[in-house]
Amino acid sequence: MSRSSFLPSRKTLESFAIPVGAFLLSMILFGAFCTLWGAPFLSVFSSIYRAGFGSWYAWQNSLLRAAPLMLCALCTALPARAGIITVGNEGAFVVGGLACAVAGLWTQAAPAWVSLFAMAVAGAIAGGVWIASAAALQHYRHVNAVISSLLLNYIAIACMLQLVEGPLRDPESLNSPATRAIIPAHQLGHLFHSRVHWGIVFSVVASLLSWLFLDHTVWGMKLKIVRGNRRAATLIGLPTGALILTASFLGGAAAGLAGMVEVAAVQGRAGHAIAAGYGYVGILVAFLARQSPLRIIVVSLILGAVVASGGGLQRDLDLPDASIAVFEGIVFLLILASEALYGRFTWFEEKELSDATL
Amino acid sequence: MPHSEGPPLWILAVALFGAALRGSIPYMFVSLGECLTEKSGRINLGMEGVLLMSAMTSFAVSQATGSPWLGVLAAVTVGAVLGLIHAGLSELRGVNDIAAGIAMVVFGSGLAFFFGKQFVAPMAPQLPVIELGSWSANPAIRAALRINPLFFLGVVTAFVLHYLLLHTRWGMHVRAVGDAPEAAQSMGISARQHRVVATTIGAALAGIGGAHLTLCFPGIWSEGISGGQGLMAVALVIFAQWAPLRCLAASLFFGAAQALGPSLQSIGFSGYYHLLNASPYVLTLVLMILSSSTRGRLTGMPRALEANQ
Repeated sequence: MSRSSFLPSRKTLESFAIPVGAFLLSMILFGAFCTLWGAPFLSVFSSIYRAGFGSWYAWQNSLLRAAPLMLCALCTALPARAGIITVGNEGAFVVGGLACAVAGLWTQAAPAWVSLFAMAVAGAIAGGVWIASAAALQHYRHVNAVISSLLLNYIAIACMLQLVEGPLRDPESLNSPATRAIIPAHQLGHLFHSRVHWGIVFSVVASLLSWLFLDHTVWGMKLKIVRGNRRAATLIGLPTGALILTASFLGGAAAGLAGMVEVAAVQGRAGHAIAAGYGYVGILVAFLARQSPLRIIVVSLILGAVVASGGGLQRDLDLPDASIAVFEGIVFLLILASEALYGRFTWFEEKELSDATL
Repeated sequence: MPHSEGPPLWILAVALFGAALRGSIPYMFVSLGECLTEKSGRINLGMEGVLLMSAMTSFAVSQATGSPWLGVLAAVTVGAVLGLIHAGLSELRGVNDIAAGIAMVVFGSGLAFFFGKQFVAPMAPQLPVIELGSWSANPAIRAALRINPLFFLGVVTAFVLHYLLLHTRWGMHVRAVGDAPEAAQSMGISARQHRVVATTIGAALAGIGGAHLTLCFPGIWSEGISGGQGLMAVALVIFAQWAPLRCLAASLFFGAAQALGPSLQSIGFSGYYHLLNASPYVLTLVLMILSSSTRGRLTGMPRALEANQ
């Protein structure tokens, strides 16, 4: 902050160059993999580019997939800032979607804005409570939050399936049981006559707010202290438990909101289809973004485009649709591995003493 | 009147028992592998990827060579390779093993689906079964007691692992590394080496579980074949409190819980199918909460796992 130069610091350059380098390397590896399979090296990438960013239609596809990833990534990133690692994103997403469907069906008679507000609040609270309970178990009872939140994923999905096949079932949904549909007038609208719904706005705003609160407020600073040393934080009088629970609640609320968007804008109802794995990819997005909300926006957009291009590879080059999952896997592994490179290149070291960071 | 039609209840009970034995086999190998991994202080969430990749590979190899046992061998090899990647990645500075595990799920399942596309329809040569029910004239009982050799391999593995961990120098070192990496290091035991070896062997064991899916039960390759059993390995190990013999019991329990839903459905009781399926997870969570305290850890839990947090 105190630097007078307008040039980015070498540390910033490092944190840009390393993941980009890892991404390029994974592109080369994936290109080679596809070449072995008979697809020309360069056409693989032109196909991915066209299906991800090549047209307004492609952009819409990418944005639609980026939105839930962003919100789900916040579900790992916010608690992580308080030192809690959770993998309960999928569960929070599912309970959020379920709560949204219930709220939407309850408020059918209300005006659209009331109904939408109720759905968003219900989804966010359900997801928030889901993750906050895992965090509370860790903080107060030393129950490992990674494992409890993993279990909570399965419990959430089982409860959702039980409810949509039982009490909440729409008798007309025969093949894939689901709740009754939210009436069209109450569904989340689209932006400017495009296929992109308001979910992308929610995601970007939530990420920006998280960035603002985590990196530019006293609250964010307190979280940093809690993460650094929980005992010291308690000793200097910080309400450690409350800080951890708030951060975890907000993270869960983001994933719950993603579930709400999935139900209120995409599926129109809650059912099997909402447990599609966005939560798990969200965990990886958070780690690839090193738990930083601004990076989460960028990583989600790129991954959204990558995921959206699966069909393109299949159409253009006759590759199996799973090839995009191979690409994702390679990208995840290499970017994670590149984490070890920070501080290894002397060029990126600051010449002068950098200000001490907490 | 539930008793007027259909098979008598005791045959259903035998069928349930058989289904529990069959269903427990993947859990057995995955949980034993995860148990060994966690004893060394690592968590491998990537077992799901191992399961899918080894299921696909064993199917392909069995089909290509006509020998299901070569398929099992291939599954073990693939498991070991994936385990080695996970271990190597997790040893890197700044890499979280939870994130690495989830990346391995994406990578492993992606590869499995990529190469598995061509194998979706046909059958591959299956492993032979051992007829434990040949004493009975009742076909239902005979069907229920067709046990796979991998079941016995799993039981033996559990006892071997138990012995290795508790009574050999290597097992002692693995536990030391998992409980107190620094202390072990200062005694000249390489933490890194033991973690890598344990994680690799652990994933190789899980590979046998994958082979069971495509070569025994259900005996086909499909993309949904693992049904999350790999991710559940972690829960199983907690349920078993990090003891191989208890992993055996926990796997039987998980297998039974998984078999209970369809069994109840077959006698017309289908009300709580999904909740029954989730009951092992709920029980694991309850067990974790009950045995937790305001300070301290679960009995048997390697200390390094806690330091991970």
